[in-house]
Amino acid sequence: MALLEVNNIHTYYGNIHALKGVALRVEEGEIVCLIGGNGAGKTTTLRTISGALRPRDGHIVFRGEDLAKYKPHQIVEKGIAMVPEGRRIFARMTVMENLEMGAYIRKDKQKIAEDLEWVFELLPRLKERRRQVGGTLSGGEQQMLATARALMTRPRLLLMDEPSMGLAPVLVEAIFDTIVKINKEGTTILLVEQNALMALSVANRGYVLETGTIVMEDTGEALKKNPRVQKAYLGME
Amino acid sequence: MQNQYTDWKQALRSGLLGGAITVLLSLIGIVTAFSNTYIVNKVISFGELLIVGPIAALSLVAIQKARARHPGLLILTAIISGLTSGLVILALAGLGQVINLRAMFLNASNDLYAIYAYKQALVPGLLLRLLVSGLVGALVAGFTLLPGRIKAAISQGLLYVILVGLMGRLIGTVLNTWGFVAILFKWMFVANSLSPIGAIFLFLLTGGLAYWRYGRPKTKQITDPKKQKLVRWGTLGGFGLLLIFLPNILGMWFSEILDNVGLFILMGLGLNIVVGFAGLLDLGYVAFYAIGAYTIGVLTSPELGFFNLTFWQAFPIALIMAFLAGVLLGLPILKMRGDYLAIVTLGFGEIIRILVLSDWLKPWLGGTQGIQRIQRPVVGIGEFSITLQSQQQLYYLILAGIVLVAFVAVRLRDSRLGRTWMALREDEDVAVAMGINHVATKLTAFAMGALFSGIGGTLFAAKIGSIYPSSFQFLVSINILSLIIVGGMGSIPGVFVGALALMGLPELMREFAEYRYLFYGAALVAMMLTKPEGLWPEARHRLEFHEEETPPPEESEAVPESA
Ligand SMILES: Nc1ncnc2c1ncn2[C@@H]1O[C@H](COP(=O)(O)OP(=O)(O)OP(=O)(O)O)[C@@H](O)[C@H]1O
Ligand SMILES: [Mg+2]
Repeated sequence: MALLEVNNIHTYYGNIHALKGVALRVEEGEIVCLIGGNGAGKTTTLRTISGALRPRDGHIVFRGEDLAKYKPHQIVEKGIAMVPEGRRIFARMTVMENLEMGAYIRKDKQKIAEDLEWVFELLPRLKERRRQVGGTLSGGEQQMLATARALMTRPRLLLMDEPSMGLAPVLVEAIFDTIVKINKEGTTILLVEQNALMALSVANRGYVLETGTIVMEDTGEALKKNPRVQKAYLGME
Repeated sequence: MQNQYTDWKQALRSGLLGGAITVLLSLIGIVTAFSNTYIVNKVISFGELLIVGPIAALSLVAIQKARARHPGLLILTAIISGLTSGLVILALAGLGQVINLRAMFLNASNDLYAIYAYKQALVPGLLLRLLVSGLVGALVAGFTLLPGRIKAAISQGLLYVILVGLMGRLIGTVLNTWGFVAILFKWMFVANSLSPIGAIFLFLLTGGLAYWRYGRPKTKQITDPKKQKLVRWGTLGGFGLLLIFLPNILGMWFSEILDNVGLFILMGLGLNIVVGFAGLLDLGYVAFYAIGAYTIGVLTSPELGFFNLTFWQAFPIALIMAFLAGVLLGLPILKMRGDYLAIVTLGFGEIIRILVLSDWLKPWLGGTQGIQRIQRPVVGIGEFSITLQSQQQLYYLILAGIVLVAFVAVRLRDSRLGRTWMALREDEDVAVAMGINHVATKLTAFAMGALFSGIGGTLFAAKIGSIYPSSFQFLVSINILSLIIVGGMGSIPGVFVGALALMGLPELMREFAEYRYLFYGAALVAMMLTKPEGLWPEARHRLEFHEEETPPPEESEAVPESA
């Protein structure tokens, strides 16, 4: 049984039919990436999975359970965490407070403290800045904080929306290194990226989304070699 | 000489501006109105200060903008600025002789010109005015050339003389309640203003104090934790004692003001939870205040005669009603954000007011006639019980309410719930993505705020003993919101400071009669310009407005490049 199964979901914004039967699957332990052009519906897909949007049709099954009956905050408790697009951290809270908010749903103080150490180990830069107010962090640090905060929910599945957006190449590499590390330590990841080359390099499998439907599915390596993908998303002729 | 030329131009411009301000104040009528309101008896009136003040201020600007550094040139600059202002005033007076300005400006009267001319014959008097204007410039310039320590002493001395002088009448009412102790101070005042001797004494005292304090560290750092604790408890105890004796120190009239300010503090603390902590813009906050007050009224007034409960029997019911109303209003609006929320809550506030006003509910709520003879709270038991009736007695009830509510507000702010509110305020979507139940969280904020407002309402009913729909206007909500903004959004001490500034200050300004709101408005604008984050902002907000003052992270050693 797959960890996450998205079965033909249709999501609307009012009359706008944004997702027209998206189907995808994420196995335990995988990194799966979802690539596609601007407005293809990548963010919409992630927001539908996290419960912020409701599909009008189709099912989302997580660990064998249909998520339709859960509210967004309950879905977090089921083990799906989201790193939203555009580094949305709590700007007026310190790094520590942001991370504490991440652990909001958890009760076990001991485990939380351990995870805090773990997160600081993954992203040592945050430890140095733990007293700093979120809004004054650099863009890259904010992205790290958003990631760390999501990790503090101890998710089984981490949804990441364009973690590399707007970052310098060095930092992009650092972020992808972190993604791989997080994955190696046992968190399954569904990754949305414009930076298709990097994303496909780290992903086990990938999906290509175009105007609300999945048009291709393959392993990361295979997609990287696919001429259509190369032309449309990797900027190669 | 290019520099010098621009300096002259600047001086001329400052002078014109200073003169223009004086003329403006004159034409509004305040100069005439306050020409007999003395700051120092028979020496300088508030009206005169309004003429000289702008001239002095703008000469100061001229000096500060001047590029010349030579003292002589600076003095000359200031004199030019002062003389220019004087000429503007003269021009007004001259124009007034030629054409009838009164047709357009009611206050361009002969009285005004006489004030300009120091009540002398017009021509020599106005020449004297010109001379004085130049002299003011020269004095200001001289002042700026003094060493810092003396400057500090003079400015502080002047500030106190002006403030105390202006507050002369109020201080008089306070002194009247002091009995024989007042003799210690009475000699400083004559006819609601400072006596010349009193002014000199006050100037020397406050100025001397500034002189002595200049350059000294503000407070000695106490390192011994035991001593620190002692000092902390000492100040707290002293402050507590002061609060307890305040009505006795200040007398009846001030107690009434304190009570009003207190009620606003109480409600401010509640709305601060909703707006400041949780970021929900609630413009109908007065509704819960009305619900609290009306519940007490309906339950206790023998005039309506339904229940005839005592105040304390009705009190918990009123709180429950306010709380439930908070939940009730909370439910439909939880999905809304920002502007929509503001509009709907505003509507709710008006609905409550109109219901209370309606003929339909008149048999129960009294309609326009309101509810009279609301039971006053009784405290104590048996023979030792008293009915709280006077403003001074009610002060303690309100004080107790504030202490309780402030304590709860602090605890809430530092609690897990408080954090959750803050997260919701910062970014609702993300907060939900952290597993926060935003519906429940918003609802608690709303209900807590409503509860606090309800407490305010019950105390209000107890305080005035009769309530009318007109006490629950939309303006009350706006006032509470404003005091939170002035104090600093989300800051608990800010609520206190904001309420004092916004509700207390206008009372103190009664001195200014119908010009009260003019000065008050000016003070508010100045306040928001100099401290946009509020008078006592929450630490987090301060960061938002003064990004550059962000404390550096504690470890500042070289940071490794990769994460
Ligand atoms: N709140 C909204 N209301 C209406 N339409 C929306 C809304 N959000 C997204 N859309 C539309 O839905 C479609 C999919 O948007 P989505 O944000 O999922 O794209 P995306 O693939 O994440 O794009 P990008 O790479 O630019 O972030 C777009 O056509 C967009 O205009
Ligand atoms: Mg997107």
